[in-house]
Amino acid sequence: MAKIQVSTKINNENVDYLCEPHDTMLDVLRNQLELTGSKESCGSGDCGSCSIILDGELVCSCLMLAAEAEGSKLETIEGMSEGGKLHALQQKFLEKAALQCGICTPGFLMASKALLDHNPSPTETEVRFWLAGNLCRCTGYDKIVKAVLEVADDMKESA
Amino acid sequence: MSDTQYLAASTIEEAVNAHSKANGSARFLAGGTDLLVQIKSGIRKPNLVIDVKKIVELNSIEEISENEFVVGASVSGVNLNRNKKFSKLWPGVLEAFRLIGSEQIQGRASLGGNICNGSPAGDSVPALIAAGCIALIAGPNGKREIPIEEFHIGPGKTVLDNGEMLVSLKFPKREINSSDAYLRMTPRTEMDIAVVGCGVNITFENNVCTAARVSLGAVAPTPLLIREASKIMVGSDLNSEILDKVSNICMDLCDPIDDKRGTIDYRTKVAGVLFKRATLTTIDRIKGN
Repeated sequence: MAKIQVSTKINNENVDYLCEPHDTMLDVLRNQLELTGSKESCGSGDCGSCSIILDGELVCSCLMLAAEAEGSKLETIEGMSEGGKLHALQQKFLEKAALQCGICTPGFLMASKALLDHNPSPTETEVRFWLAGNLCRCTGYDKIVKAVLEVADDMKESA
Repeated sequence: MSDTQYLAASTIEEAVNAHSKANGSARFLAGGTDLLVQIKSGIRKPNLVIDVKKIVELNSIEEISENEFVVGASVSGVNLNRNKKFSKLWPGVLEAFRLIGSEQIQGRASLGGNICNGSPAGDSVPALIAAGCIALIAGPNGKREIPIEEFHIGPGKTVLDNGEMLVSLKFPKREINSSDAYLRMTPRTEMDIAVVGCGVNITFENNVCTAARVSLGAVAPTPLLIREASKIMVGSDLNSEILDKVSNICMDLCDPIDDKRGTIDYRTKVAGVLFKRATLTTIDRIKGN
């Protein structure tokens, strides 16, 4: 069966790939492009560990076909730090110990980045609702929420 | 899914032709948040997946005349939410749609997909029925329009024939002193499926109700339009006696399933309660409270 050729921009680099019609975006990211930061946990859009930003919107990469990404711009966890410098959210997650086993962390970071991109000063309730699509089975939500709120505060002070 | 082909259609005609040629083995793909889960779990095994998101009519929100909207079937929750005028005119439709899944799901999931998936508990459907939406359908034999309350014929079953596609939803022109609301009951506060959903859409002028539509979801094999409710509500001041009367009618018309998320008695009782609360919320919205 003929493979589908797809042209995208991933983390600001032009990336072309060939995929099977049934490959999910997550399959291609992890198995072909070696971008293994996005995790597959549930595979059904419930856990958010495969979260990426597609054309500015937060999505589950397990619930889209790789073929659907034609012409799109993708951001994955691998593009979050710049020139070896961690993103403020990554730095704060480390400082606040907002992670335990770490499997959910890339998804939480992408979701938190998408939130602050859309809403730079969210309330705690807004953070909790926004992150409701990301599950942490070590159950460390409080530290994650606090880290996101602190980054939002820091951004306000430096603005 | 290994034999599945993928086609990104760029026109309605291309999508409809491909679907009818596949003779029942094709599925339209909008957000994919239901379809991909169904394919992965083996519930559906389409030979062809037709991506409709690149078709202009499906992916646009148009105000065809003052306060009269047509929303494409593949428009996502986040995109509809960005249209401030639509959000102001149809807060109930928007809150119903926005209840579906997480932000990740909202980034993809479409209004048309929620309708075509055909779940009796789909959150957007009672709100759309209450709104009085018309479904615009395209197929191999041309276009047709049907009221959204006639779209579902059973759990997972719709009026769409082979080759037919839901193109968009036409909302009635929004009159002044009108608003809507959608409430649902779920065991959890987020990321859950409705045990009961209720959409209410009212016009209320000088303390008199001049138009009303009430719809219930998850309490019957298909979402229900409660026609008797309109008859009682219109012409009244929507006092507590009227609301009690309509609430009882809502409960009488419930024919729910009994499952781990809600018993028949519970779903029936909650339907009556949600009708009253959604109506009071709608009146508050009209009064600007």
